[in-house]
Amino acid sequence: MLTISLSLLIKLHAHLAAGYPYEACGILIGEIAANNIDKHVTDVVLVANAWTPDAGVTDTRRGQAETQHNRFLIAPEDIARADREAAKRNHDIIGFFHSHPDSPSVPSETDREWAWPVISFMIVRVQNGTATTTQSWVLRDDRTMFEEESLNIVDG
Amino acid sequence: MSISIRIPTPLRAYVGGAREVSIEAGKAGEVLATLAAKYPDIKKHLYTEDGMLRSFVNVYLGDEDIRYLQGVDTVIPDGGSISIVPSVAGGSAPWPDTPVDRLPSLSNDEIRRYSRHLILPEISMEGQKRLKAAKVLLVGAGGLGAPTAMYLAAAGVGTMGVIDFDVVDESNLQRQIIHGQSTVGKPKMWSATQRINDINPNVKVVGYEFPIDSSNAMEIFKDYDVIVDGTDNFPTRYLVNDACVLLGKPNVYGSIFRFEGQASVFWAQHGPCYRCLYPEPPPPGLVPSCAEGGVLGVLPGVIGVIQATETVKLITGIGDSLMGRLMLYDALEMKFRELKLRKDPNCPICGTHPTVKELIDYQEFCGVKPVSHIETKDGVPEITVQELRERIRGGLDKTNTLLLDVREPNEWDIVHLDAAQLIPKGQVPQHISEFSPYDEILVHCRSGARSADIVKFLRDDIGMKNVKNVKGGILAWAREIDPSLPQY
Repeated sequence: MLTISLSLLIKLHAHLAAGYPYEACGILIGEIAANNIDKHVTDVVLVANAWTPDAGVTDTRRGQAETQHNRFLIAPEDIARADREAAKRNHDIIGFFHSHPDSPSVPSETDREWAWPVISFMIVRVQNGTATTTQSWVLRDDRTMFEEESLNIVDG
Repeated sequence: MSISIRIPTPLRAYVGGAREVSIEAGKAGEVLATLAAKYPDIKKHLYTEDGMLRSFVNVYLGDEDIRYLQGVDTVIPDGGSISIVPSVAGGSAPWPDTPVDRLPSLSNDEIRRYSRHLILPEISMEGQKRLKAAKVLLVGAGGLGAPTAMYLAAAGVGTMGVIDFDVVDESNLQRQIIHGQSTVGKPKMWSATQRINDINPNVKVVGYEFPIDSSNAMEIFKDYDVIVDGTDNFPTRYLVNDACVLLGKPNVYGSIFRFEGQASVFWAQHGPCYRCLYPEPPPPGLVPSCAEGGVLGVLPGVIGVIQATETVKLITGIGDSLMGRLMLYDALEMKFRELKLRKDPNCPICGTHPTVKELIDYQEFCGVKPVSHIETKDGVPEITVQELRERIRGGLDKTNTLLLDVREPNEWDIVHLDAAQLIPKGQVPQHISEFSPYDEILVHCRSGARSADIVKFLRDDIGMKNVKNVKGGILAWAREIDPSLPQY
């Protein structure tokens, strides 16, 4: 289960909606329980979509024309920096979030190929510039597919 | 002699929850290999099945990405520290990614029918269900539409819309293999539906037996997932493109000319559109139609099958689409060439500052005068007296056309057209055999009512295909063409 406060959810929704019609993205910072399942978001890092045509992110299965409309990339530099900042407060990167402009908030094949286990992949459908459905997903240990995890939105 | 590796959150479970792991010093590649050997469960997340480091695995020595040092050969000094840093990428699938559990199921009969698809891992049950859920619109059931429709029907596309208001002509059969001798004279729509459902009765066919234009295209297109452009003229091609751009639909394009063909996939949301390639239509008359310029009969087979292939790939989400590529085929050289297409930022419809925001008048845009398309009244094709005058001037014998007057002999004596031949309405059935050598029969009477009956009779009962009624009869002629003639 992923727990996030309403104010942080609104903050990340606003960032994703502002990026429309392109995909926007960011990093979830927080704490992860010893069971490796329950996570609590304490901060969100808003990052720029670093995807470029030569970023090396190719979708081997679909092979479609790719633009920032349908691709995002969080640069390792951003992740390394966020990780160092989080470590100072004894927190960790516990997930990532990104938008699917005008598309369902379910993971794509590219999402799966680039994903890591344990951490959360939150996907928000942004329809005509408005954040609509939010779902959170966790990659299976054997990398074959994502499973949806429940989302717990708390006051604050 | 050891170094430390900082393990990212997602991978800590594989190293007993540790944030850092100590490994013998060495080159970066060796250090990672040692890590994977020590903790085998971590291997599949760091390396592909081929043993390559996954593209999203980044290794940092301090603040430096080792890619900018010596890569996997970067020497990690004793006591040094490296971090494994993921980069995270992804994105939405261009195709409406219906979750598998919401796709229709396949019956045992369907599983038998599609077994050669189902055993392809790329298609499998999921792909076949996506085909079944898909709605494909074919604009035209002619040369390109014929093979496309047949293969898509065979492949198991669940719903196929077909737009065509033409009638099967013998001259179509040289290439339009969806039609046959038995359907000559019948509407193409009807003929195509019969054939599609003979190939695969599971396909639901939705027929549109009227021309599409700016007033109805959006309404028709909006219900479909993929639009297949099998048109043979520029106004309709631009109409199809613009409607697809405005609705965000993929447009599987094909065109043919003599011995050469083109194919591509235009999808403005993800790549270029037809107008990025051809912003303006050619001057009218420069590019002849198939009827004027001729076409190799098998050519639309090649191009139509490419369109069918691209449609199946879009629906199932496999392979490399023709999006952003224009495929050129030359049948005489037997060569395929490929051009890279780029989205034009100045494109009038899909560029950054579009000037076309709704459908326009495409006849005018292409400089085409409204073609003297066959008007029909109660299902009877008509031509106007103005068109008749042009036809007579051009010589009816040149088109092997019979102008038939079905009035009575006394009416003929009052007034008649010299180009016409008199056979009173009641005697027409006895003269059927005389009509067969003619390619076309134009029928007139006094005001158009009796001749309409004869047109219906010749088309519906006798099965003649190219029979038209002269609208308004000889009265209209006397009124609008030759006022010196008596009106009675």
